[in-house]
Amino acid sequence: MVRVNAVLNVLAFVILVLAGLMVIPWCVSLYVDDGVSESYFQSIGLTLLFGYVFWRYTRRRVNDPELQVRDGFLLAALTWAVSPVFACLPFMFYLPELSFVDAYFEAVSGLTTTGATVLSDLDKLPYSINFWRCFMNWFGGMGVVVLSIAILPLLGVGGSQAFKAETPGPMKDDKLTPRIAQTAKGLWSVYALITIACLIAYVCVGMPLDDAILHAFSTMGLGGFSSHDSSFGYFNSPAMEAVCVFFMLLAGINFATHFLVITRRTIKPYIVDREAHAFWLLMMFSIVIVGYFLWRERVYPDWITAFRYAAFNVVSIATTTGFATTDYNLWPAFAPVWMLFLCCFATAAGSTGGGIKMVRAQLLVKQSYGELRRLVHPRAQIVVKLNGRPVGTSVLYSILAFVLLYGATIIVCTMLMLFSGADVVTGFTAVIACINSTGPGLNQVGPATTYAVLNDFQTCVCSAAMLLGRLELFTIFVVFSPDFWRR
Amino acid sequence: MKKIIILGAGQVGYSLAAQLALEDNDITVIDLNPKRLKLLADRFDLRTVVGNAAHPSVLQEAGIEDCELLIAVTQVDEINMLACRIAHKLFNVPDRVARIRAVEYFRNEHLSDGTLFDINHMICPEQVVTDYLLKLIEFPEALQVLEFANDRVRLVAIRARDDGLLVGRPISELSNHLPNTDARIVAIFRENGSLRPDGEAIIRTGDEVFVLSERDDMRKVMLELRKMDRPVKRVMIAGGSDIAQRLAMTLEKRDINVKLIEPDRERAKSLAGLLNKTLVLNASESDGDLLDEEGVSEVDMFVAATDSDERNIIAGLLAKRMGASRVIALIHKTEYVDLLEASNIDIVIGLAEASIGEILAHVRRADVDAAHSLRRGASEVLEIIAHGDGSTSKVVGRRVDQIHWPVGALLGAVVRDDQVFMAHHDLVIKENDHMVIFVSDKKIIPRIEQLMQVTGLFL
Repeated sequence: MVRVNAVLNVLAFVILVLAGLMVIPWCVSLYVDDGVSESYFQSIGLTLLFGYVFWRYTRRRVNDPELQVRDGFLLAALTWAVSPVFACLPFMFYLPELSFVDAYFEAVSGLTTTGATVLSDLDKLPYSINFWRCFMNWFGGMGVVVLSIAILPLLGVGGSQAFKAETPGPMKDDKLTPRIAQTAKGLWSVYALITIACLIAYVCVGMPLDDAILHAFSTMGLGGFSSHDSSFGYFNSPAMEAVCVFFMLLAGINFATHFLVITRRTIKPYIVDREAHAFWLLMMFSIVIVGYFLWRERVYPDWITAFRYAAFNVVSIATTTGFATTDYNLWPAFAPVWMLFLCCFATAAGSTGGGIKMVRAQLLVKQSYGELRRLVHPRAQIVVKLNGRPVGTSVLYSILAFVLLYGATIIVCTMLMLFSGADVVTGFTAVIACINSTGPGLNQVGPATTYAVLNDFQTCVCSAAMLLGRLELFTIFVVFSPDFWRR
Repeated sequence: MKKIIILGAGQVGYSLAAQLALEDNDITVIDLNPKRLKLLADRFDLRTVVGNAAHPSVLQEAGIEDCELLIAVTQVDEINMLACRIAHKLFNVPDRVARIRAVEYFRNEHLSDGTLFDINHMICPEQVVTDYLLKLIEFPEALQVLEFANDRVRLVAIRARDDGLLVGRPISELSNHLPNTDARIVAIFRENGSLRPDGEAIIRTGDEVFVLSERDDMRKVMLELRKMDRPVKRVMIAGGSDIAQRLAMTLEKRDINVKLIEPDRERAKSLAGLLNKTLVLNASESDGDLLDEEGVSEVDMFVAATDSDERNIIAGLLAKRMGASRVIALIHKTEYVDLLEASNIDIVIGLAEASIGEILAHVRRADVDAAHSLRRGASEVLEIIAHGDGSTSKVVGRRVDQIHWPVGALLGAVVRDDQVFMAHHDLVIKENDHMVIFVSDKKIIPRIEQLMQVTGLFL
């Protein structure tokens, strides 16, 4: 039986954490004096009030505060569905003409590290609003539940389940440290450390500090929010693009690997992490292919420029970040479609990226190859291995189910987009870009345009797709299954 | 909070990991069987590693470099010994406990102290349980008998009956009944609740009473609570488990008539070879006709000690029904232990609690000499050695009533060198005193540890 009250009680706490996080852009707003502090003040007040009342109200109804395995799913699902309601308050208060649907979309896009926006004229927005967008990219990347667990170790077993429900990847039983709170703290420390390195690198190559802060946040979260309408193209600096590509490639692998490298002071974990190798190799390969293609099609006059644009945009889209240095929508079809295809699976489990995740793709390929071998050697014992360890059939089955569900979700969402009047390319690529938390799609939702062209219904579909993709489908779908609620 | 690695997720490993994780320690469990580990990982906040517990790479994966305590409780003695040596020689783990079952290793003079394999503390849960059973056979009236300070002081749990001299009277009369004996009632439990054992409290039939006394006074004290049963002369043991074998071996030396029932022919044969006077029967322990033929109604004690909880329950109930005067059942599962509290089985021994007490004592932060679970794990008795002096300790140099005991803790007795003092309010604690402390609720143990810790620069 799900302990709804106990879950709601923890949810109230997560809302309070969110209010605490909003204090940061409020301080920024007060510091730069951009006239948004009033809106933040109202948002924080409302969030605090609601969180506190909700907490008091549910606390009395909690008999047993210990969350069970099943409660973890509900907690993760509710956290992600409810947090944007409060996270979008600053947008609502500051931009009264923005509808709730659009504001919610913007907040979901921020928290899920998608980076799709409905706002235009970003350059004219106050600094603190852009700060909040990018900051959401950052803490959404490592996860709101993980953050709450790191801040206050209030959850027992249910906490580790919520942790698993929020953390992407098929195999989540490997804990870095014996206790969940320590694991959460460790991951966050590593994440913060690399983000600071990214910030310093940006400043070193000449990015202004205010922009560097924002872009370090959205780079490490693999989010893609920018303070400029022309995204990363605004800077037009090969050095900054190189820094960005480097840190996107770091953020695209499992943070557990970074954690081991930093705590054990050896680069051996990078050497044994097959998933990271596959990710990096695929990126190199794609840069070469797309660069060669752009040069051959004469999109750019010389091959150096072709490779520069290919490298940045391929890595940005494939890692599900969504920065752009040019309107690649205008490139011949192969390049943008290949990039969108990559974003479906390129990033590693446990990274801040979205999609199916590289490890699942690897296991599926190995499994398929195993089936081929079985055709030749009917009596062969086929064991799928990862990093030298056999992978259980239950994991393989759950991956198959996941990919099936993933495909079905894309089809259903695309149909809904088409039904409400979108054209095929816009509808399909919007769904792909949202479910993989990439950001820009093609055609009407391409890198040079925004999601504001979508009607309310389509925006809702995209918000749902982002949440489903971020929580890897199962966590949300399981809450809607009858078995989940049956006593 | 300690960083602990537990090798083996069997019955003992599981119970230990569960208990220690709930006490906020950093636990990593290593086992070959991923299913056992998943059970643990799903229920408790701990980390699990699949692999051979004696392989350095596996130990490293479990984070042995900064581990403070290694508890080796795999099924295989030799792996436990090897793991301790590796942990000490390669990784400098400061504290290493190993479970050793084979009697051979305890007998050999070079091995028995563990230093050859760098084991700090050798434990044998089977022997602990066997000793527990032997005590109950020696004192058939008791529910549990515990020894402290080299058996100078004993704590006995006993169910009060009308024929006890003190039953129905305030416990302050105890000293009138026994003028030359110093005994102390430390706890009274009645129908899930507990009674404050002050002078006014009146003991009723059916109460579970915990009394501390010197070893030699125990018989006299027990008479206050119920009449003596006749001494145990005939014992029937169901099952040929390791515990059953140890029990039979000791009992036959004490001239007690033992019958042992083991359904597996090969095991029965090998037991018959190992045991001398014991009659080994190759039959099912739940075969009523056989029990009748072998005179189950005549036995003073029936011990259900197969490896299966369910078989122990059935055999125990059957034997009681057929007239065995006292029935003891060994049970692994904690749920069953609670379930059987109101059944016809006289004494249910929870193996998980009984076997991990010795290891738990090792984990405590204060200098705990012994720790025993009582009442199916709800309560605990600790024997703690006082350290420090008046300025560094919150205990030493103070009168008992000046010490800030947490609610639920009761100092029962103090052993100083060879002397035993029952803890009256004006007793002053000295350094190196062994204090026997009754803890009615396990949750306050951390606060007791805090109280006992020496502050300042005492090393």
